[in-house]
Amino acid sequence: MTAAATLKAWTGAALAAPVVWLASIVNVPLKFWQRATGTGGMAAFFLAPNMAIFGIFVLVPMIINFFYSATSGTAYFLQDRTYVGLEQYQRLLDCGNYLDTATCHEDLFWKAVHNTGLFVVVQVALMTVVSMATALILNREIVGRSFWRAVFFFPVLLSPVVTGLIWRWILQRQGLLNLIVHDLGGEPHNWLTDRFWAFTAAVSVSVWAHMGFYTLILLAGLQAIPRDLYEAAEMDGTKPARVFWRITLPLLMPNLLVVIVLTLIRAVQIFDEVYVLTGGGPGTSTLYITQYIYEIGFASLLRNPGLASAASILMGLVLVVLTLVQLQVGRRGERKGARE
Amino acid sequence: MSRVVTFLTRRRGGRGWHWTDIVSWLWLLGGVVIMFGPAVWLVGSSFKTPAQLAEFPPTIMPYVSQQATVEGYDKPLALYRVKLPDGSTKVLAEVRRIGIMAQMVDPQAPNDVVKVNIADRQPVREIGFATENYTEPFVHFDFLRYLRNSVFVTAMATLITLLTNSMAAFALSKYKFRGRDLTMLVIVGTLMVPLSVILVPLYSVVGAVGLLDSLWGVILPTVATPTGVFLLRQYMLTIPDELLDAARMDNASEWQIYWRIVLPLAAPALAVLAIFSVVWRWNDFLWPLVVLSRKELYTLQVGLNTYAGQLNVQWHYILAMTVVTMIPVVLVFVFLQRYITSGIAGTGLK
Repeated sequence: MTAAATLKAWTGAALAAPVVWLASIVNVPLKFWQRATGTGGMAAFFLAPNMAIFGIFVLVPMIINFFYSATSGTAYFLQDRTYVGLEQYQRLLDCGNYLDTATCHEDLFWKAVHNTGLFVVVQVALMTVVSMATALILNREIVGRSFWRAVFFFPVLLSPVVTGLIWRWILQRQGLLNLIVHDLGGEPHNWLTDRFWAFTAAVSVSVWAHMGFYTLILLAGLQAIPRDLYEAAEMDGTKPARVFWRITLPLLMPNLLVVIVLTLIRAVQIFDEVYVLTGGGPGTSTLYITQYIYEIGFASLLRNPGLASAASILMGLVLVVLTLVQLQVGRRGERKGARE
Repeated sequence: MSRVVTFLTRRRGGRGWHWTDIVSWLWLLGGVVIMFGPAVWLVGSSFKTPAQLAEFPPTIMPYVSQQATVEGYDKPLALYRVKLPDGSTKVLAEVRRIGIMAQMVDPQAPNDVVKVNIADRQPVREIGFATENYTEPFVHFDFLRYLRNSVFVTAMATLITLLTNSMAAFALSKYKFRGRDLTMLVIVGTLMVPLSVILVPLYSVVGAVGLLDSLWGVILPTVATPTGVFLLRQYMLTIPDELLDAARMDNASEWQIYWRIVLPLAAPALAVLAIFSVVWRWNDFLWPLVVLSRKELYTLQVGLNTYAGQLNVQWHYILAMTVVTMIPVVLVFVFLQRYITSGIAGTGLK
């Protein structure tokens, strides 16, 4: 053994020693517990820490959210709040015309709903097309596939704050995009203070940040399609377009549907990177539902946690519906897979 | 050289080039530029001085203006290449500037002050890195503290996640007990409940247990990840029960079976979960933003957002700190990327 390897082994052992020691200490009382309660008691012991944390920080909030949305006031503790029944929901849903936010009592909420709706439609379409194209190209016989796959995956790991700041820096007045526009002979532009361009940036940046993830899922689906189908098609002299519509697309459908529904679910909750990029602006043109919940619940001067909670339950309902759709889609895909 | 070209352009199956090949390669090369370009531009910009960051059009490389100490002046003076009225150019040092006129001296003959229109001069500069962008935020701002908070949150949350999730997964995969399927259903059912849906009540729960404005308030709500339990359970189901029974014959306690047999065998799945957890917790933004209001508790993400949201954004510091925030994730990408991609392709989680 070389000196470096010995050193490594010794440091490893030294770091692990307290953990191993702790584990053997724990073993002593646990043996008594096992003898007293049997395997049932041990199952409870193994489940307890995770389920306790899960119960306190996931289940309890989910349940009290309904009570929360039925109260008013600015206090955060449930016992300090006054019961108002369905008033918060009435306030949220009070609208003369749902297509015109100016007629709504909570016009900001509806502004956020409209913005999110538009964002979801454009982003899901763009995301699906871009990741599908990339997956199809990566599935071709190319040199260095795993390298190219990694290239498109890189932004997925970046934090939303970093993503937002990188693009804010590129899109600002003295930024890289304006340098390119300038060199091509165009007029520099304040991209993020223009309603149209701010929306375009929000959509593009979120596609940039997450397309690698969906490309991976689609690529896995493409690689699971049996080769001999393509060989048979080639022998019959089938045109590539026909091969795509008749073989690739139908067999990829389960993965494609999963990708579309997952993109939908994530797009409905869009917050971090757009919040850092535009802050919801200019005006309210990139204000989305999660930011609305955050601002009404915590940040705004007109703080109203009950209203934020009611809005979050409405968003949760939409997500539950989408998740059920996804499960249905996934199950159908499984059954199809089992038949083949 | 021609061999290299042949190698790079050769195609499997040895067929000729088709127009779809050209489109594919353009897409892939464009992908490299679009995916890596912004990050490279960020790193390059982070070494520029504030004056250079305000320039338009921006330069690709960072430059540092040259300075010279001139006899009779205490501070070093900035050097400029000046076009003189007689058409010749000369390197002069700036003494002071009044409006559009600058008073300048020749470093060799410091006694004669020349007045120059600022349109007739260019700063003398060479490629150089403004490393103070990196050092100053750690000294003058709280970034060192933010960095420590982020490391603490990430490390603690990941350790607790691995321990509690693997224990739960062990119970759910290796024991038969009443309510097991129900427990699993509840866990899987909450897979898709995002933080934003329970944001307000979670805040009040964390407040009720006294963890508001503490790093543990950031850590604990994130550690009981349903994805982690799910991933580990699926993996532990593949460990044969005979192995456990053999250990029981040898008088091993249940804890020893978990600790000495199942955990080591589940190491690949634990590694995947550890990588995911590090990336998730390092990148978390909304929850720390809500729960932390004391500045000295901020994580890097929240601190960065706060500095970037100020009226007078100090981009030279922000860019450098963004690069620092990016480093762990880039390391994970370079060394561990294939574990993540195989994890996603296998389970579809993120």
